[in-house]
Amino acid sequence: MIELRHLNKGFQVGEQKVQALDDISIRINDGEYIAVMGPSGSGKSTLMNILGLLDRASSGEYLLDGINVTALNEEQRTKLRSEKIGFVFQSYHLISRLTARENIELPMMLAGMSVKLRNKKLDEVLEKLNLQDRAHHSPNQLSGGQRQRVAIGRAIVMKPSILLADEPTGNLDSKSGAAVTALLESLNEDGITLIVVTHDQAMGARSHRQLHMFDGRVEQPLG
Amino acid sequence: MMRLPDIVTFSLQVLVRQRFRTIVLWVAIAIGVIAVNLLTALGEGAKSYALSEFNVLGRHTLITLPGKKETKGGMPPFTGESPRSLTLKDAQAVARISGVKAVAPLVVGNIEVSYAGKLREAMVMGTSRSFFALRHLDVAQGQILPDRGLFKGEAVCVVGQKLRDELFSAKSALGEWVRLGDSRFRVIGVLKEGGTSFGFDMDDVIIIPVVSAQTLFNVDGLFRLFIEVRFFQQLHQVKQKVVALLKERHEGEEDVTVISQDAMLNSVQEILDTLTYAVMGIASVSMLVAGVLIMNMMIITVSQRRQEIGLLKAMGATSLLVRNLFLCEAGLIAAIAAISGWLLSHILLFLANSYFDDIQFHSPWWAQLISIVLAMGLAMLFAWLPAKQAASLAPVDALQGKQGR
Repeated sequence: MIELRHLNKGFQVGEQKVQALDDISIRINDGEYIAVMGPSGSGKSTLMNILGLLDRASSGEYLLDGINVTALNEEQRTKLRSEKIGFVFQSYHLISRLTARENIELPMMLAGMSVKLRNKKLDEVLEKLNLQDRAHHSPNQLSGGQRQRVAIGRAIVMKPSILLADEPTGNLDSKSGAAVTALLESLNEDGITLIVVTHDQAMGARSHRQLHMFDGRVEQPLG
Repeated sequence: MMRLPDIVTFSLQVLVRQRFRTIVLWVAIAIGVIAVNLLTALGEGAKSYALSEFNVLGRHTLITLPGKKETKGGMPPFTGESPRSLTLKDAQAVARISGVKAVAPLVVGNIEVSYAGKLREAMVMGTSRSFFALRHLDVAQGQILPDRGLFKGEAVCVVGQKLRDELFSAKSALGEWVRLGDSRFRVIGVLKEGGTSFGFDMDDVIIIPVVSAQTLFNVDGLFRLFIEVRFFQQLHQVKQKVVALLKERHEGEEDVTVISQDAMLNSVQEILDTLTYAVMGIASVSMLVAGVLIMNMMIITVSQRRQEIGLLKAMGATSLLVRNLFLCEAGLIAAIAAISGWLLSHILLFLANSYFDDIQFHSPWWAQLISIVLAMGLAMLFAWLPAKQAASLAPVDALQGKQGR
């Protein structure tokens, strides 16, 4: 469960102070499917970075499964991140010199998992994403949809409880986009908490809850 | 924590799969090491060549030259005007000093040499039989000057190889008569090819008995008197005896200079010191250039991977792990490149040394060590700095390729 209490985040841009997040208090239950929507500059990305423990809030509290992460040091946050959170980016961020399989293997390698266990999990994930025949291709031999599927495989291979996706279909045509959306939603049905930044109204409509952001504030939806 | 074999595998994947980048780094680091080794070897070669030029006399030899020179702050000139000449009688007296093994007088001059219509300028050295042993000269054909005492002239000569070739071509020179000025001399020997020593090209000289040379040039003084002592321990003692004897023979006036090789080396020490500083200067400049080259290549290639660093952090790598990954990678390429550069520089030096006989090039051990340590140290330092900077950014900023705020 995610709980944000009176979260603020400010940036200093030149002379000007920008309030990227302004007193945000939200609660996201396990297994929820949240769509974060709003115009650019509204603070969506900043919120995602803080939720993903990639950035720190200026003030306020963030409780992740009951742990107050604002009190943790960088090392502890990194560990928590690798255990609980998976990321999917708009531009995939695959490492181009590594094959699809090696890209998915990377988080497990960084975590120091044994080779045997890694191979077992890789086979599972590749099968689930239907990427077995693409496993030894490098990212530039793959289509956009396939790349995003590899990136999703990398995000879920550590079995995180939360999946953060920042415009996951933003670079894809509608057909591959729909496939990626379907994949993310099926992962949510299996129990993962899915938080998606999206401009896609259809996706927003299917989500359990929409967070509309404007000028660093969340407009709580009615009901 | 990421396992060590995985760290090495990850680094090797980068090096093998980003081949162009690896080759560029390899070349930069290897060139750095090669430059330092070759340039210092060049400097050291020049230094030891200069040193060997002053070493030809051997430790047992004293040189006497006419004229008293203040030797402080420099070496005495080779051609000094002398108030009183050093004579053959002086040489004979010196030869009787206990501890003196042999003396060799030397008179030199240029003269026209002719044979069968061929005319050529050549340097004549008038000396005695003991000169050959003293200067380690040997004949390729015939014999050296006969031993008939210092005061007996004879119309015989020993010629250098080059001179022989030019005057006689394919014909045998032995027994032929050559004309030196107005006199004729019979060739009794041809010197072995000896190269240049102490300023004289020994392939281009004619050696005749000292008295004959004095007659030829109409002089009674000597240009030099070489004295070989029996034991090196007595060198200084003999030197004092020679000075005392010659002072007595010259009516109480100390008008000759006696120098030993050590003294000569001391007087050229300034030159040698300068050469040493030059070698060190060359080494530091080449290290600086190599260092800047390595630094730039490393900063550029690591900075290009800021996104990857951000990604690694987002996927659970600590800043420490990111740093270790980049250090491991830089260490691997730097070690491979530095060692191959070191090997290549040795191959090049070996080739140069087998091509040149006179000068031998050897890079001093400290330059070799510093070149390798410096190349690896710089490569790792300048991989670490940008990696550390990128790792200290919020992962998202690094992912977006931001340069920091």
